[in-house]
Formats: sequence, structure tokens, C-alpha cells
Amino acid sequence: MVKQQANWSPYDNNGGSCVAIAGADYCVIAADTRMSTGYNILTREYSKICKLADKCVMASSGFQADVKALQKQLAARHLIYQHQHNKQMSCPAMAQLLSNTLYYKRFFPYYSFNVLGGLDNEGKGCVFTYDAVGSYEKVGYSSQGSGSTLITPFLDNQLKSPSPLLLPVQDAVTPLVEAEAIDLVKTVFASASERDIYTGDKIEIVVVNATGIRREYMELRKD
Amino acid sequence: MFRNQYDTDVTTWSPAGRLFQVEYAMEAMKQGSAAIGLRSKTHVVLGCVNKANSELSSHQKKIFKVDDHIGLAIAGLTADGRVLSRYMRNECINYNFTYESPLPVGRLVVQLADKAQVCTQRSWKRPYGVGLLVAGLDESGAHLYYNCPSGNYFEYQAFAIGSRSQAAKTYLERRFENFTDSSRDDLVKDAITAIRETLQGETLKSSICTIAVVGVGEPFHILDQGTVQQIIDTFEIAAEQEGPAAEPDAATGRDTAAEQGTAADQGGSTDEGVAPMDI
Repeated sequence: MVKQQANWSPYDNNGGSCVAIAGADYCVIAADTRMSTGYNILTREYSKICKLADKCVMASSGFQADVKALQKQLAARHLIYQHQHNKQMSCPAMAQLLSNTLYYKRFFPYYSFNVLGGLDNEGKGCVFTYDAVGSYEKVGYSSQGSGSTLITPFLDNQLKSPSPLLLPVQDAVTPLVEAEAIDLVKTVFASASERDIYTGDKIEIVVVNATGIRREYMELRKD
Repeated sequence: MFRNQYDTDVTTWSPAGRLFQVEYAMEAMKQGSAAIGLRSKTHVVLGCVNKANSELSSHQKKIFKVDDHIGLAIAGLTADGRVLSRYMRNECINYNFTYESPLPVGRLVVQLADKAQVCTQRSWKRPYGVGLLVAGLDESGAHLYYNCPSGNYFEYQAFAIGSRSQAAKTYLERRFENFTDSSRDDLVKDAITAIRETLQGETLKSSICTIAVVGVGEPFHILDQGTVQQIIDTFEIAAEQEGPAAEPDAATGRDTAAEQGTAADQGGSTDEGVAPMDI
């Protein structure tokens, strides 16, 4: 008598990869725009990136229904914050809120693998990386999603963020200039889409800096 | 004569069929400083008189943003108004979350009225001591509603509540037929003029009034002091110029900016000695 397994799962994985890189005065957040299920493509033009606040952007891969619900939750909470404090939430504040929101559903998690990027209160780039239940860390760069195993080693090689455990505490932000960071992101996605079947079609790149938020796209392999 | 016997409880009727506690709540509303509202086909303007307890304190916030398309002005117990505006903000956020569209003003106002009615029929509660002028925009156009502590609500073309509001009402009654087709700027001018009526002689300056606008293509926001002062100046009314100490940063024009507390601190130093303009 074998234990009965569930014949229905509340979760699905829509695939895709996300990357974020923090610079001295900018932050680059990028994600591909392919949404899949199983071996099929649902759409080639789905955005995984969401602007949560003026200087705070989140990219999430995983189960997009959960991602959408999470984004809506955060947007509503942000509105409440604005009513109460008369200002936008800072990126570190949003980072904590995201962590708490994820842990709130510790026993029926959001199947969402997030990277949060933006500028902190001093205008320096910051990136926060999460697991599905809210464990988070401030880092200099991060990658999540189906292509992360291909992307992270490459970013480690190029950016090599110092460990926050080493003393003296070194800055996590990359010395790269904005244009170089964007180039790196494009390279990284081009490589990932070669071998990861769930990554491809197009990259959406969002850049947050002192002048605001801007968006650009790059075509990737369609296969 | 019988008032004192039947006015202890909100759940006690008087022989004349009145609920005195509710009427007393309306009195509380009339004690608050004036708030006015007027609307055209595409815009709604709210204005209020800022009354500070003393020269040292800042004035109370009487205009609240509820959502991009709804805002309100209150008269009466400000604390009650704050609580109600928090409720309204919550309702708007929840509706938007579920339906991905803005909460129609008429719906919100009914919910508010029902909430107020509950307090008139529970012996352990008391009516809200605040009148609200709710300004909003939705698919059916621009709206101005008045919610009173009794749980009644009415839609208006223009209205004024609070102390000395009758003067403003008289002014609005004379002019309201023109409001429907007024331009946004004319509407703001009318609002400021209506506020001036309630001041009855006191000089009108931007530190003692607050104006907020919502309209087609214009989310609800409070006008910053500089803008309001400019409009007052164009009136050719006797008005004292604001002191040069006023920082220009107040002019951000964003929904979440324009904290009126800082503005009132500047307004505290009146009588700069600048010559008033002649009419």
C-alpha cells in the first residue's frame, strides 16, 4: 500500500530568469519575457518586472499567478504607507516588507523567486535577493529563476562581490559603469538562453538611477 | 423643554420624533472651521479654513486624499474625520485590489453613510461628530457629496459646512449655475472667494486656507501654498504678501507632498509689514 500522492498541484512553474546588478549610483534589473508551462510557451511578451515605488523595482520568476498576487499585495501596502507617511517607501523598507509578506505565507508559500533592485536613501544602488519564503540578503548582484544556475557563476566571475562576513566591510556595489553593467546583463542573458529552454524571446531591462526609471529591450533567441 | 430628558442616549427618541444626540453631533460639526466644495462637469474643488489653536501650533489637517480620484474635506471633530478617511482609503484600496478599477464615488459615500447610521442605533456608540465633503471623479462624472453624522448623504453642485458657512453658501447659491461649465481655474478662484466669505473681514492669505483639486486627467492633490497665494494675489483683494522666508520647495505639486504642517509654521509669522494691495 503506497502512500497516495497528490494528483493536483496548486503550483506551476512559468520559467524565466531574472538578474539585478547594483552600481554606485544606479541599479539594473532585467528579466526575460518568456512565459512557459511544461514544454510549451504561453507567451513571448510577458513582463516579470514590477515597479513597486519610485526607486524600487522587483523582478520575479516562478509561478506568475503568485507573482501577480504578490505584486498587487505590495502595491496596496505601499499605497497605505504613502497615505500614512506622505512619502514613497525606500528600497530597504520595501525589501523588509517583501520579506515579511513572503513569510506571512510560510505554510502555503508564494511560488515566487524575487530580486529587488533600486536606490537606497543615499542614492546608492542596492539589490536584495530572496527565496520563496522571505529569507533575504542585500547583495551587489543576484540572479533567480530557471537560468540562475547558468547566470550566477558568470556574474561571480565578472563581479565577484566580496563576502559581507569579511572585515573590513567592503562595498557590495560593482565598480562598473551603468553602460557596462547593461552590457554584462545582455551578455549573460544571451548565454543563458543558449542552454536554458525556459529563457529567451526578449529581455526587459530596467535601469533605476537619479534621473528616474527607464526601460529598454533586447531580442533573444526564440527557440 | 423636553430636550434634556431625551438627549442622554442616542437610542432614545424624543416625543417629537427626534434623536437629540444625532442633532448634537451635527452641532459639533457646525463648530468646526469652514469647509467648502464646488464642482463643474470635469473638476471638483475643495477648500477649507485652517484654524490653529494658537500662534505656536500648526493647524489641523482637514483635507485628506483618499485615492487618486477621491478626496475629502471635513468639519467638526478632526479625529473622527481622520478615522473615517482611513476607512475610506482602505475601502478604495480593497476595491481596487479586487476589481482593478477605481471605486465609484457613489458607492463609497453610501458605505460611509451606512457606517455613520450604525452609530445612531447602538447604545454603546456615539455618532461621528464630523461632516464630510467628499469630492470624486468616476465614470459618471465629477461628484460632490456631503455626508453628515446622521447617516444621510446628499449630492451637491456646491456646498459649505462648518462655522460661518452660511456666508459661503450665500455666495455659492448666487453663482452655482455657472459652475457646471466653469474652467478649472475659475472653479479654484470661486472656491477661494467662497472661503473669503467665511472669514468675514479677516485678510485672506494662503496660510489660512487649503485648496485641493481633482479632475479629469488630474489626480486629487492639495495645491501648494505658493500657487494658492498667486491666485489670491490676482484677485486684487487686499492681501498681505507671504514673508520672504517661505521656502520654494513647497511647490512640488505631487500628490504625496505639500505637508501643510510646514506651511502653517511659516504662516505663523504674520504682519510682515508689506503694504496691502488696493482694490
